[in-house]
Amino acid sequence: MTDLADRQKLSYIAAQAADARLNVELETEGMTLNIGPQHPATHGTLRIIVRLDGEQVVWAEPSAGYMHRGYEKLTEVRTFPQVTALINRIDWLGSFANEVPFILAAEKLMDIEAPPRAQHIRTILFELSRIANVSLFLGDLGVQLGAVTPVFFAFRDREYVLNLIESATGGRFHPNFDRIGGLKDDLPAGWIAETKQVMKRLRAFCDEIEDLLFGNEIFQSRLRGIGVIPADVAKQYGLSGANLRASGVDWDLRRDQSLPLAWDKVDWKVWTHPDGDSFARCWIRLQETRESTKIVDQLLDTIPAGPIMAKVPRIIKVPEGEAWVSTENPLGEMGYYVVSKGDLGPFRVKIRSASFNNISIVPWVLRGVYVPDVISILASLYFILGDIDR
Amino acid sequence: MGLVDKGRMPKPLTSLFNMGRSYSMWVYQWGLACCAIEMGAAFGSPRYDVMRLGVIPLPASPRQADLVVVSGTVTDKMAPAIKRLYEQMPEPKYVISMGSCANCGGPYWDSYSVTKGVDQIIPVDVYVPGCPPRPEALLEGVVLLQQRIKREDMGARWRGEGYKPMVKEPIVVGGGPVE
Repeated sequence: MTDLADRQKLSYIAAQAADARLNVELETEGMTLNIGPQHPATHGTLRIIVRLDGEQVVWAEPSAGYMHRGYEKLTEVRTFPQVTALINRIDWLGSFANEVPFILAAEKLMDIEAPPRAQHIRTILFELSRIANVSLFLGDLGVQLGAVTPVFFAFRDREYVLNLIESATGGRFHPNFDRIGGLKDDLPAGWIAETKQVMKRLRAFCDEIEDLLFGNEIFQSRLRGIGVIPADVAKQYGLSGANLRASGVDWDLRRDQSLPLAWDKVDWKVWTHPDGDSFARCWIRLQETRESTKIVDQLLDTIPAGPIMAKVPRIIKVPEGEAWVSTENPLGEMGYYVVSKGDLGPFRVKIRSASFNNISIVPWVLRGVYVPDVISILASLYFILGDIDR
Repeated sequence: MGLVDKGRMPKPLTSLFNMGRSYSMWVYQWGLACCAIEMGAAFGSPRYDVMRLGVIPLPASPRQADLVVVSGTVTDKMAPAIKRLYEQMPEPKYVISMGSCANCGGPYWDSYSVTKGVDQIIPVDVYVPGCPPRPEALLEGVVLLQQRIKREDMGARWRGEGYKPMVKEPIVVGGGPVE
């Protein structure tokens, strides 16, 4: 017996020595890998430089700026109504949601408030743009993990939402519909009944995605426990929106803030998830899409009658002052700090966009993960390049 | 194939080759901004379905592509990458510039960081105006390009006269028929 044990020990030592020799021979150097600037997972042109040790990421740094279009400088040479046409294009998937905080800031400075009907319709269009935004995320999520089917479903059902936005505003993608003091037009005839139909369809789409993706074992094993962001880290990096709520922080500006919009008039729920991993972030977005369809349904029943435009002068001059308004956009907190000197246009506009802060956590969360998980974490963080670079 | 080697392409052969080329275009999607989503809707959604036009939107790299769709704002930081992409594509190659930003700068005409038109960097065959253009407009651009390809003279390339810009003047979607 002792003989055998000795032999085992010797063979173990020999194996160890062989392993050590092999490790010396296969001494790997670090490798720098560029993901992007053109990559399907980046929703545009984000470049991420990762330094690898074998399969593991040692260091990662996002290199933004490939889509920098200079919004903040351009707003200084535009008048207030012209600025809304520009800022539509910041978060291009949920365009109407970009206009609302800026218009609210301008209204705050001018001390006017939109009539209740306009506030209601604004909220409906806001939620529709959220649905249009997040439904594409839910489809795209599959593509990035290797499942091509969901994106076809997403594009199919997203078209219905875009048709709704188009029939109400005239713009399929960039409505430019919000005006200081109200809205450009009233809703077209038959829009409400049609919207209810589409909301039903969107709920069916959410069920479909839940069955196809979220119940899938491969999907779960690719996302569960990957890219965990604890609540305190998420707060330190200034995450907002679904990324923050997925870390268990109960924070939603639609509920926590009193703005002249109609969210406080309906019954809805803020979803949170305790895990903080990639799966939680995707799951929260799925639930929020469902919640948005419910909000739209309730708001459609209670649209008040009345005008859609308050009394505003024909040439808009915003009085001197500063105002900050932020709302809960599809991607997170989006805010505008507007400084006016009493001219036709703003003196300075600081844009706080959600994605820029959301990707600031990328160097932290990518450290130590494997290369395939880089893509799934980036997908679950969900950013839009126009929202990062502006 | 003796005739072809001498560079005298019989007309039926030319039209046969051209028809084959125009209905098997591999398009590389260079999606940059908002237009990329509309391009995705045109190429990837069941409603618009570009494959029925004989366009395959899934090459793995520009080296396998015949056509590139530059969709979205081209910034000065992005411009060298687009130049390099174009140079990697094999001849004959075509470019569709989609959206106002790629055409001329669009709403960012006075921005400090935006390249005012991708045609400053690479030659453009088809311009699709709009901000962003509807998916139907992009499909129209593809169809117009196919019409142009069918009328090309293949013989010039076989005769070894070098690269001639095959498209004399650019096509604008909505700007009338192709000559």
